[in-house]
Amino acid sequence: MMGLPSMLLMATISGTAATAGLTVFSFATVLCFYRLILGPTLPDRVVALELIANLLTASLMLHGIAGPAPNSIRVALVLALVNFVGTIGFSVYVKRKGVREGGISTDD
Amino acid sequence: MTDGTWLDWIVAAMIFAGAAFSVLAAIGVMRMPDFYMRLQATTKAATLGVACVAIAAALAFDDPSITTKSILVVAFLFLTAPVSAHALGIAAYVAKIPLWEGTLIDEMGADLRAAEAASVADAARESSSDEG
Repeated sequence: MMGLPSMLLMATISGTAATAGLTVFSFATVLCFYRLILGPTLPDRVVALELIANLLTASLMLHGIAGPAPNSIRVALVLALVNFVGTIGFSVYVKRKGVREGGISTDD
Repeated sequence: MTDGTWLDWIVAAMIFAGAAFSVLAAIGVMRMPDFYMRLQATTKAATLGVACVAIAAALAFDDPSITTKSILVVAFLFLTAPVSAHALGIAAYVAKIPLWEGTLIDEMGADLRAAEAASVADAARESSSDEG
């Protein structure tokens, strides 16, 4: 650790890796927002939202590893639960709307 | 926290593996040509990525309660990801979300069309027997 910059002197190896991982997860979230905004149909946007919530779960865990906030692991657990319920609700909605209207247009 | 031990390096390796899988999932969701391909990209690669990060969190903390919660996240994710992907995929198929033009095999479409034709034939037979 002697040759490293002073910013990293106090950091552990796993903490530094978690901070770097947070950067990568932010980049992945930006890529998902592309699909969330431009996705031609409603299920595309649901998939993008599900992936964003998954990435947020992982980011919360990395935040717990990187800093002195282990409580964010509990937030990640709750977010994983809510993500599942939300996706199931959206799929029921998509199915009902598709049966009622004979298909979902790309304008949705 | 573990510091400077071999466990620290394992935690860092798991974090980088999870980040790599998650970025692959995000690129798949952005670039794949079809809703169903995007669905499989997010449901497999992203689940594996988040599971890698959760295992890293389980290894990084000495507190058994946090380790238990992290392992619970992994178990819950592996249980719910196939269920939600299946529900969303079948809902999108019923809602007639189009497949990619290059799709070669559509077994469910063939089954659905066969079932539809059979029900139409049954209805025709019943109406003709009512008349006769």
